[in-house]
Amino acid sequence: MSFDPERAAIRFGCGLSPRIAPPDSAEAMLSQLTGRDRAAEAFPVPGFQAAVAHYVAVRAARKALRATKTEADREAKLKARKKVERAMSDDGSRWFASTMLRRALTEDGFRERLVAFWSDHFTAFEQGGPLRFSHVTYTEEAIRPHVAGRFADLLRASATHPVMLRYLDQSRSAGPNSQAAERREKIGGLNENLAREMLELHTLGVEGPYTQTDVRQLAELLTGLSYSMKAGFKFRPGLAEPGAETVLSVEYGGNKARLEDIYAAFEDLARHPATARHIARKLAVHFVSDRPDEALVDAMAARYAETDGNLPEVYAAMLEHPAAWADQPGNIKQPVDFIGSSLRALDIVPRALPSGKYGRMRRMFFTPLQLMGQDWGRPAGPDGWTESDAEWITPQRLSARLIWGMTMPYELRRALPDPRDFVETALGRRVPEEVRFAARAAETRAEGIGIVLSSPAFQRM
Amino acid sequence: MTRQTLSRRLFLTRSAALGCSLAASPLMTPVTMASAPGENRLVVLILRGGLDGLDAVRPYGAPEFDSYRGRLLDTAVPGELDLDGFYALHPALAPLMPLWQAGELGFAHAVSTPYRDKRSHFDGQDILEAGTASLDRAPDRDGWLNRLLQGLPDAEAETAYAIGRSDMLLTRGKADVSNWSPDAALPLSPQAEKLLDMVMHDDPLFRDATAEAIALSQISLGLSADAVEGEDALDSSGMMGAMQDSMAGAGKKGGLDEIARFAAGRLREETRIAAWSVNGFDTHAAQSKRLPRALTDLSDTLLALREALGPVWEKTAVVAMTEFGRTARANGTGGTDHGTGGAMLFAGGALRGGRVVGDWPGLAEADLYDRRDLMPTRDVRAHAGWMMRQLFGLDTGLIERSVFPGVELGADPKLIL
Repeated sequence: MSFDPERAAIRFGCGLSPRIAPPDSAEAMLSQLTGRDRAAEAFPVPGFQAAVAHYVAVRAARKALRATKTEADREAKLKARKKVERAMSDDGSRWFASTMLRRALTEDGFRERLVAFWSDHFTAFEQGGPLRFSHVTYTEEAIRPHVAGRFADLLRASATHPVMLRYLDQSRSAGPNSQAAERREKIGGLNENLAREMLELHTLGVEGPYTQTDVRQLAELLTGLSYSMKAGFKFRPGLAEPGAETVLSVEYGGNKARLEDIYAAFEDLARHPATARHIARKLAVHFVSDRPDEALVDAMAARYAETDGNLPEVYAAMLEHPAAWADQPGNIKQPVDFIGSSLRALDIVPRALPSGKYGRMRRMFFTPLQLMGQDWGRPAGPDGWTESDAEWITPQRLSARLIWGMTMPYELRRALPDPRDFVETALGRRVPEEVRFAARAAETRAEGIGIVLSSPAFQRM
Repeated sequence: MTRQTLSRRLFLTRSAALGCSLAASPLMTPVTMASAPGENRLVVLILRGGLDGLDAVRPYGAPEFDSYRGRLLDTAVPGELDLDGFYALHPALAPLMPLWQAGELGFAHAVSTPYRDKRSHFDGQDILEAGTASLDRAPDRDGWLNRLLQGLPDAEAETAYAIGRSDMLLTRGKADVSNWSPDAALPLSPQAEKLLDMVMHDDPLFRDATAEAIALSQISLGLSADAVEGEDALDSSGMMGAMQDSMAGAGKKGGLDEIARFAAGRLREETRIAAWSVNGFDTHAAQSKRLPRALTDLSDTLLALREALGPVWEKTAVVAMTEFGRTARANGTGGTDHGTGGAMLFAGGALRGGRVVGDWPGLAEADLYDRRDLMPTRDVRAHAGWMMRQLFGLDTGLIERSVFPGVELGADPKLIL
């Protein structure tokens, strides 16, 4: 098996579209990926400061509400608070709409898939509160610019972003002998959370050659990584544990705390053979199969090692490998992939989404995604979403996919396409005969579209 | 896994029998149940995130305890929370004191799964649910509760339910367990149903889930079987509105309480085993604020179970277990990091409670595991194994070979009356 345009669009991109031709070669995919990010230009998402602006406004409004003395004043302040909270949610919805419109209308679908993959690999988010949509800004700032770069840069960008520093408690961590600890500042002491997940999830993998001592040493080395709401990432030497730390037998730093020493450790972790293997396997599992061909993983890991983790080279090794194009049933689309590729197949226009209206967006997207098992941007833990096909297709989750597929297309575009045409648009040359038959035999257009979108042929990549 | 596929008619009949409580059922946490012979009931709660056993059941009598934790964690032990002169209950568990006094609550301390050293949540939970001595990454691995079902001679497939949107490794395996969720509603024409069956047919993953998915889609509004069979078509916004309403319900604090009540309803009938998760125990920071929330969830769950089980509580044993304990010392941010030894909780009228069992290893630095964690002195599987032996008359050989391969059951802690 070798490169196939439709399979490239479905397995490595955002699906088929009646408007946009699938890529015609692996080289074309990679050259788009390393070129201009046109989808981000067309459908922008702001950086962390936009999330901070909402945070500031919401906090101020809550504070003002607490300070009220009269009933009339309370009424007014309550209204003001609701207004800023609503503005925050509406903006969060706009950002989500942008990510979906990119999927629906991009010519560079591989990039959108990679952004989702790496954003999940480096999972970071806020559970709730006035920064609850900041994960979108994190993905935009720390992940998206680096998906076609070096893995080491991706690692550094994620580990120094405020959303990650908050999510894995790094910004609260201080060396036991740091200046801050000596002065008994409120900040506390060491916290291992980011160090552990960096070794276990982000770089070496849980089977990697590290010990509890390495976790501890890396946690000490990472002290000082911090941020401020105003300025974003900030290195605070006052939090840093003095002295050198030894991670995986390499010594970093000395008396004076320096950010360069932390970055040097990132470079070494990124370069480690266990990391090459872990990343190669994870990419192959995500894009190709829950049980990828070992030769494919080997080829990708070898390319990673040869190129010092230059990601486009690793992707090239995947796309060049026959196993990537095997005719097996592909992975199950995650719910965001399912919805994104549905929008693309339905050829929706940007104004079809009620982008800045949180209530409607929640009903059409956020709640259905939750019911499909993917609370957008908020997986259960730092290991991100499951790659196991069987976990996505349980009766409960499948029923949420059925309902969305049967009902939402009609809300998105009242003039539904003819299911007999739609089945060809959505599935391309490989339409299974029974799906073609079902599209023709359905009683209504909505059911016909719903059956096509629910079919395994569309649900798989 | 073998998923029991229910016919739509049968499904609707069963759901109608359960009435409206379903419509209010929380959706976030799967509950799995199975029937089994005999009168005894077992409820397994998985506490996810790594419960700090040293905080939940505080060994205040250990000389090191205060100094390890006093600066950053609340270690106060009001007299009324004293358990036995050495251990005391976390204040958030105070509502459980009447159970302790009635002999319906007990703990095992300094226990752990066989998992060591890497302290990963994900691997730790896998090993806890798989019940094995070491990590098995095979995609078709099964869970110990399912193997228990396989070992019960007259266990029946009926009345096996999972509620929520995902299943747990704990209950995965050959014995029949079906999934059920009241999340969503979809009135489909009979033709569409037939066509869906047809397009799903050649893909086993979809084929196995479709009939149930369709049935699920139609009961979620709390409609009776008749209403669904009739012409009560809803427009799509009404449908999605209902999805949203049920989600809003799931987010409320009452979620776990509702699950416990639903489970109790089933346990009062044929169901003998139920399992679900309580989350939120990963307290790296601000533990004094965060742990009480998770412990309150646990305590609410137990109290709701006791109340809703009524007389059946006397025949019920609940075991709550977690993937690992946490560090003996507080970390720098008022929390604790991933550790090893911890505590497990037992409750129920079938229990010989009012005791904290276990060999206390001490908290002196040299007594700690890796000089940082409470040293585990017993395998959680040994306690769970003895409970199953006593509740269901399971043969110890079967427990040691099949349910918990390689476990050393050791001396009987005599947890069951």
